[in-house]
Amino acid sequence: MARHNVTVTVNGEAHSREVDSRLLLVHLIRDELALTGTHIGCDTTHCGACTVLVDGVPTKSCTVLAVQADGAEIGTVEGLADANGMSALQEGFMQEHGLQCGFCTPGMLMTGTALLARNANPGEAEIREAISGNLCRCTGYVNIVKAVEYAAAKMAGADDDAPAAEEAN
Amino acid sequence: MADATAKPRTSAKICGMGHSMKRKEDPRFLQGKGNYIDDHTLPGMLWLDIVRSPIAYGKIVNIDSSKALEIDGVLAVLTGKDLEAYGLHWMPTLMSDTQMVLPTDTVMYQAQEVAGVIATSRYAAADGVAAVEVEYEAMTPVMDPFKALEDDAPVLRTDKEGQEDNRIWHWEAGDKEATDKIFDEADVVVREKMHVPRIHVASIETCGCLADFNPVEGHLTVYMTTQAPHAIRTVLALVAGHVGLSEEKIRVVSPDIGGGFGGKVPVYPGYVIAIAASVVLGKPVKWIEDRMENLQADSFARDYHMDAEVAADAGGKIKALRIKTLADHGYADAQAAPSKFPAGLFSICTGSYDMENAYAEVDAVYTNKPPGGVAYRCSFRVTEAVHCLERIVDTLAHKVGKDPATLREENFIPKEAFPYHSPLGWEYDSGDYQAAMDKAKEMIGYDDLRKEQAEKRERGELMGIGVCSFTEVLGAGPSKDFDILGIKMFDSAEVRVHPTGKAIARFGTKSQGQGHETTYAQIIAEELGLPAAHVQVEEGDTDTAPYGLGTYASRSTPTAGAAGVMAARKLRDKARKIAAHLLEVSEEDLDWEPGTFSVKGAPDKSVTIQDCAFAAYTNLPEGMEPGMEATNYYDPPNLTFPFGTYICVVDIDRGTGEVTVRRFVAVDDCGNIINPMIVQGQIHGGLTQGLGPALYEEMTYDEDGNNQAGSFMDYLVPTAVETPAWETGHTVTPSPHHPLGAKGVGESATVGAPPAIANAVVDALAHLGVTHMEIPIRPERGWGALRGEGGEGGWVVSVMGWGGVRASQW
Repeated sequence: MARHNVTVTVNGEAHSREVDSRLLLVHLIRDELALTGTHIGCDTTHCGACTVLVDGVPTKSCTVLAVQADGAEIGTVEGLADANGMSALQEGFMQEHGLQCGFCTPGMLMTGTALLARNANPGEAEIREAISGNLCRCTGYVNIVKAVEYAAAKMAGADDDAPAAEEAN
Repeated sequence: MADATAKPRTSAKICGMGHSMKRKEDPRFLQGKGNYIDDHTLPGMLWLDIVRSPIAYGKIVNIDSSKALEIDGVLAVLTGKDLEAYGLHWMPTLMSDTQMVLPTDTVMYQAQEVAGVIATSRYAAADGVAAVEVEYEAMTPVMDPFKALEDDAPVLRTDKEGQEDNRIWHWEAGDKEATDKIFDEADVVVREKMHVPRIHVASIETCGCLADFNPVEGHLTVYMTTQAPHAIRTVLALVAGHVGLSEEKIRVVSPDIGGGFGGKVPVYPGYVIAIAASVVLGKPVKWIEDRMENLQADSFARDYHMDAEVAADAGGKIKALRIKTLADHGYADAQAAPSKFPAGLFSICTGSYDMENAYAEVDAVYTNKPPGGVAYRCSFRVTEAVHCLERIVDTLAHKVGKDPATLREENFIPKEAFPYHSPLGWEYDSGDYQAAMDKAKEMIGYDDLRKEQAEKRERGELMGIGVCSFTEVLGAGPSKDFDILGIKMFDSAEVRVHPTGKAIARFGTKSQGQGHETTYAQIIAEELGLPAAHVQVEEGDTDTAPYGLGTYASRSTPTAGAAGVMAARKLRDKARKIAAHLLEVSEEDLDWEPGTFSVKGAPDKSVTIQDCAFAAYTNLPEGMEPGMEATNYYDPPNLTFPFGTYICVVDIDRGTGEVTVRRFVAVDDCGNIINPMIVQGQIHGGLTQGLGPALYEEMTYDEDGNNQAGSFMDYLVPTAVETPAWETGHTVTPSPHHPLGAKGVGESATVGAPPAIANAVVDALAHLGVTHMEIPIRPERGWGALRGEGGEGGWVVSVMGWGGVRASQW
């Protein structure tokens, strides 16, 4: 089988590997680069657990070949938090209880991050449409929508308007 | 005792019951640092991939592995004959049936495991699977459970001595004669035949394991996606004891689990093949199934064909219930249910209504479908029972001309009647059904909706309102009745407070997203007054956690949660003795506020629980055993009976038959609440896993036994677009026997949502003569019902009965 040199920049760090033609991008990320935050849930591009950003675009990495990503900037869940802590969206998921088992969460976060990058103040219907390619079996989506709204509010500098963090009861 | 409507007893710093504490597990999941099964690797690890049967029933003529073994990286191909040499080609199910690990001569369902390919990489193993050549001699499968019972049906389980037909078992509950008499004399009898179809939990993480046998030590470690690690270890010891794997040499570790919902309770052949391969090759072997394998071969849920009748007086007062059921178990009875309950807890089918008598029976049959019968987020067949009752109660309301909410209210078990003894033998612990109904009606504006519906109907628009008032039964269970393979269904907790006042608490259960690391810490905080942030919770490692039966059937809070309370109370009792010693008073002279013992009448004279913990290691009363550690194995005195009323509003597109859930109000009562945020999250998720089976999810087969919903292209689970913005509320009726007054909540919504939605759809179409709709109500079913309007309204619906394989007798 033909081998190819592939160079990708993942979360700002360049990696070069020689890979088989058929190696899936998700396996390059998980098995070769040991970034296991990106998950595999369906193999048919339906569940979105494997969503990463390829040059800023949410992409299901289980149906993209690693060679197709040669030269690309890739963003994964491991790159969302920085020295200052979790991103506004990660914080929103925690504050609004937008995750349970956590398996779909990295894909949701990447899709949500891309949504907020192109639309700083999405409405509920826009959020639901944006995440409709990411399946979740635990949360019923309500709190994921709230998590995105929380992040949008925080990123707009409206921290004071963010929903109360403690004592939701 | 904390009450969710009241102020929490502990401060926000301690964060005991009633606080919406943010989850301790979230930071690792949010930063991609969860540790799920496929994230595990070991040096020298090999990969297992599985050859599966393309046909539903047939003889294996030959398996030729030669081409696979020529592939670079493929090391071995394991077949049933290979496992037979070790006596590992068959295994027991949890219901004392048997199933093949790998076949030696016959395949019994499509996607059945036929051989295992072991290779040095994921890709090489898949290449090997494609290269294994299997020659089959196909036979005609039995796909229809009714036909399976006909005299001329071929006997499928010829491997079972004495098996002369396809019956597995007959189960019944109640007084048939007395029930029949009530029916004979009743003013009104209504009847519906309904199918709760075969569905699949479809957790986003599939199943898998990493088996690591150390040939030098003779020790096996298995990392696996299991909801019940201790029970699995015992089963492994029973199955593989004869090849030297005794229980002390087996360690099962259940890591972070990406959703379970019952689907990760059984032992699947893939686990056993991976373990066998690791033992044979002396190397770690990993098996991760893909989605198609997961949907096509792993344990299904439901598949109950029910013929239900209700007897009532002319005013709609229910007198009796009678249900005859056929249960399609596929190739083997591989349910995950308590041993003495082959039909699970189906006898909860009298639900929230007071009636004189009831009789229920279930016959289980074999067919050529994958084996199983897991619960899919329900407490052992409660979903089937509730769907049946809540649908037919609506039929009764329609028949006697009453509003379905009113008819329910007139039949509720009154709150004074608790503890209530149901006709089928349960003792309901507590309930106030009217309170939940009142709250749900108020939240959704029931009376206004009825007016809106009448106006819309005038204009030809289709709008329906559906009500469901369910009662659940969960928390299995008391050891006198409940066991799995003889192991009593207690659960356990072990709490150790360190000298500096921080604690570790270990449990016999296993979280799959429910948030145990948070809620269990809150339970310990409530009882000991230590901040929940200082309590580390661990589960899932059989080497360190106390023995328990695991997490399913909403049993964690009723069993292990209670064990945590009892263990913490032992420590509080010990701390009280230490406090008396430190303060130089007698124990009786001490008051307890969470976290602090103080002298009665002199509140400034006090010691903290942390002081007591330190003293347990440094300054003990004479004769006291050092340390601060306690264990409890909790055997619940009864089950718990959560309940609720759900009301939903649907709109139906006249042109396409598409159903849209416009609003859905869920009022739940799960007793006292540990973490309101987490409880609400459980309800949201449960409702969505009720929406799916009500409108979209179904695992169907054609008559040749081909699975027709084997990937997410065909097995439809709800996305954020179809899912409504759930509205939740609660009432609080504590359980009188649980030490926290809690009942458990994880599955109520999955149980209650489908009939509420189905009732709303039928309600929208009732004026067209429709009395029943089978679930899932996909657009074609709604459209079919509409096509019959004006004439034989229900005719099309009844013809469209069973989806892919139509039951023959109804």
